Amino acid sequence: MKAIKTTGLVLFIIGFGIFIGSFFIESYVVTENLLQNRVGDKAELVKRNSDVVGKTFSNSFSLVRDLDEAFNAVNKVQLDAFGITDKEVNKIAVQNEGSFEISSLDQVFDDSETGTYKKKTFRDYGGWLDGREFGSKEEMQQQIANVANNIKLYQIVNEKGFDKYKVKDLKYSLTKASSTGLVSGSPGLFLFLTYIVCIVGALLYILPKIKDAPPGIKNNGLFHKAMTSVGWLGILTGTFLILFYIILYFYPEYMTSWIITVDPVSQFLKGSDAGRFFLYGFIYTLCILVMGVRMIIKYRHSKYQMVRTMSVMFFQTAFAFLIPEILLKLNQPYFDFKNIWPLDYDFFFDNELNTLMANGGLGIFMLGWGIALIILGVPVFVYFFGKRWYCSWVCGCGGLAETLGDPYRQLSDKSVKAWKIERWMIHAVLAFAVVMTGGVLYTYWTGSSQILGVSSYDVRSVYGAWIGAGFAGVVGTGFYPIMGNRVWCRFGCPLAAYLGLVQRFKSRFRITTNGGQCISCGNCSTYCEMGIDVRWYAQRGQNIVRSSCVGCGVCSSVCPRGVLNLEVKDEEGRFGKPILLGNDGVKLQS
Amino acid sequence: MSHVVIIGNGISGVTAARHIRKNSDYEITIISAETDHFWSRTALMYIYMGHMKFEHTKPYEDWFWKKNKINLVNDYVEKINTQEKSLELIKKGEFSYDQLILATGAKPNKFGWPGQDLKGVSGMVSYQDLRYIEKYTKGIERGVIVGGGLIGVELAEMLRSKDIDVTFLVREKKFWNNVLPHQDACIISNHIKEHHVDLRLGSELKEILPDENGRVKAVVTSEGDEIPCQFVGLTAGVQPNIDLAKASGIETGRGILVNEYLETSVKDVYSVGDCAERREPLPNRRPIEQVWYTGRMMGETVAQTITENKTAYRPGNWFNSAKFFDIEYQTYGWVWNQLKDNEKEFYWEHESGKKCMHFIFDRETKLFLGVNTFGIRLRHECFDKWLTEKRDIFHVLENLRKANFDPEFFNRHEQQIAEAFNKQYPDNTIKLKGKKSLLEAIFG
Repeated sequence: MKAIKTTGLVLFIIGFGIFIGSFFIESYVVTENLLQNRVGDKAELVKRNSDVVGKTFSNSFSLVRDLDEAFNAVNKVQLDAFGITDKEVNKIAVQNEGSFEISSLDQVFDDSETGTYKKKTFRDYGGWLDGREFGSKEEMQQQIANVANNIKLYQIVNEKGFDKYKVKDLKYSLTKASSTGLVSGSPGLFLFLTYIVCIVGALLYILPKIKDAPPGIKNNGLFHKAMTSVGWLGILTGTFLILFYIILYFYPEYMTSWIITVDPVSQFLKGSDAGRFFLYGFIYTLCILVMGVRMIIKYRHSKYQMVRTMSVMFFQTAFAFLIPEILLKLNQPYFDFKNIWPLDYDFFFDNELNTLMANGGLGIFMLGWGIALIILGVPVFVYFFGKRWYCSWVCGCGGLAETLGDPYRQLSDKSVKAWKIERWMIHAVLAFAVVMTGGVLYTYWTGSSQILGVSSYDVRSVYGAWIGAGFAGVVGTGFYPIMGNRVWCRFGCPLAAYLGLVQRFKSRFRITTNGGQCISCGNCSTYCEMGIDVRWYAQRGQNIVRSSCVGCGVCSSVCPRGVLNLEVKDEEGRFGKPILLGNDGVKLQS
Repeated sequence: MSHVVIIGNGISGVTAARHIRKNSDYEITIISAETDHFWSRTALMYIYMGHMKFEHTKPYEDWFWKKNKINLVNDYVEKINTQEKSLELIKKGEFSYDQLILATGAKPNKFGWPGQDLKGVSGMVSYQDLRYIEKYTKGIERGVIVGGGLIGVELAEMLRSKDIDVTFLVREKKFWNNVLPHQDACIISNHIKEHHVDLRLGSELKEILPDENGRVKAVVTSEGDEIPCQFVGLTAGVQPNIDLAKASGIETGRGILVNEYLETSVKDVYSVGDCAERREPLPNRRPIEQVWYTGRMMGETVAQTITENKTAYRPGNWFNSAKFFDIEYQTYGWVWNQLKDNEKEFYWEHESGKKCMHFIFDRETKLFLGVNTFGIRLRHECFDKWLTEKRDIFHVLENLRKANFDPEFFNRHEQQIAEAFNKQYPDNTIKLKGKKSLLEAIFG
């Protein structure tokens, strides 16, 4: 048994090592053809202003750095050529006394290609200056300079050079396409050496646990192990996860060899190459499946835990991963049927709405389905089952937390202080999501992006970066080994906040305590991933009705005295008075 | 304003303090030399096994005490001057009280075995015991546990969690057979063996042998077997800590003697919990009850009396629970290890050999007297009600579905239990009430 486990661990480490190694081993050559293909007629400019073409780069960092420099150099050259210089600004100002005449431009710019361009752009950006009176010469000169500057920022970089979005895009696509070496040479081999080896290794490590001991709660040594008690291994794992998310969301150009590795899978599923979010979905699903097997084995004495774990494994694999990819293959919109706004914060974004509406019956059905989940699905199901129907049975974030995150559930903070912070934070995120979405819809219907002087586009991009990527991804998962597996669900998820409000005020769900049987041991509180101090209620014989409870049922599983049970029944008596059975002499609330 | 001083910060003392605070604004001081804050002794094993850290075992956060104006003093009481109503503390010196509660708890029994004070021999009651056991079991090969009770099996689980071999010396014919009926004790004995414990039934400790450094190196059993080991756990029950009371002129027997109001022989001195001994035990009950729940209830009761609502200690229907490795146990009412003359039993065991229910009822009146349940959780509220209402065995079995407290999706056995009963007592067949669960309906 031990030998099999050790073999598994070694295999996993080898596979993981190759995965990490593959990040670094590719080299990169941007050929003229490739450049032409990706940037079209600006290719010549890039070639002229940098030596990036044809050069061999030994790693993606130096390639990306050189690409950045190349695009910057092009931009600089173009700005010099087409931008209105300070001297020209002066000249324009000199031409005008008191009021500004647009015709004065003819005195400054000639009819050459650049002169004509400068004139045209100035008319476009500064036409409103025509006939305007200025109190002083300095004032007019300032306005002209502003116009010249706006042209540089918004027109020339965009039209003649590469703006920041284009640069981001090109860095990624050029890096991926220019990748040469072992990984891009044989992605299938690397798929095997990383994922298959890791999966086999992990399973060899996990499966023999069935024989370790009879079924039952075995949290032995969790607070002695470096991985699960915020020791060096936990911190290392957390650091890796945080870096992974930062690269995934903000610097995908560095992880192209990882994406190339899963190209064969993507080709198989939808007939096109993988993108970064395909890679993410693929790894995510594998983590839930493999660690789901671990979860099932660990809690095999509890059918509730087994069924629940199979449920999250199913919803992730089918609903979050396979169906959306198959939809793409069928030329239908990418759609995750179990994702619900406001967790699915871009559901009401104009591009999403347009895609759905442009796709006929199925698209409209998807739109209706999504809205029905928000206004009917959430309250109805929460009323009958509690918010667990979503958070610990269906949700992808919950699925990862309950499988990959299970070894870290004991790290959540149980203090009253943490509870206070939690309530402020999660409801603030919900409010933010509602306001952001309101703004987006306002813009969608009115066409106006400015609301109270703020651009709805800015608000949504701030939400996307800070909440969608930063909080849910980097913090939410990266901090598993440090703050427990439900950081996002507890402090950030706006959908959890919404589900929680319903659960708190209108639901049949509660955790009941069994008479006077609690011995205050603290297993329930320790293993509550949401940081609920379950014992506080149990030891005073009170039902646990908390908005944050995701109904994972682990408090009930770890209770050594059979005190806690997740129940759905009549709402009456749900907020029962705390009563401890046992003492006939003293009938009192404890 | 009255100053209540409580010696001992276990469940009894702390419950008393909390309820005195609820009912009054008396000054309250808890003195303990064990730990600064109240912690749950029942979780001692989980700290050792790495399921929890010590911090997790504190039922109240550290700010709780200040907020509720309960003074905590880490000190050791050397003497009580009941005349002057003052204490002598080792660090703080003299300390006065108006009312005193002795909640000093209990300590492991030692029956004068040769070698019982060697290095590497320990009971398992206190925080200090925990640290001692951690120190002396580090990297060892085998531990021997003496005494087959609840603490013994916990200690066995602790050592097994670190892959330490365990020899478990149990005096009775089956594990905890002095409390559990034979069938129940068999189930647990088998389960203990399943966890690779060398369970030696009907075997007693004769002697503990030292090595050259005064550390335990082996034990000798009553059969004369010498078992090499590096640690010995003494878990043959506990005895009340009465030395302080005795030295201070408070009447003691095996424990600190109290009346039904938990008053000792000295005015304004009370005693609760593991250290207290009832002068006149309640029917069916022992004079000294060393259970978490009774300790808590005594704390609740004495708080009433101290806050001028004189209340007798009247625990309700007996209940208790425990966990033996993976098998949970609950009991409601009275189930003795031997049937009494007026008693009849109905025993059902699941084919897995890991679940069973043992019902006791009156031979004549069929009155339900008690139940032991293993591997199936039962609802305290239901059984408490049935016992109070003096229901018969038929009523209990017919309504068994209502009393199930297992999580959703768990296999349900009420149907089997009812069928087994009808087979055993064909003259009195019962019909199960309540609806089948959905799963039961589908899978039978």
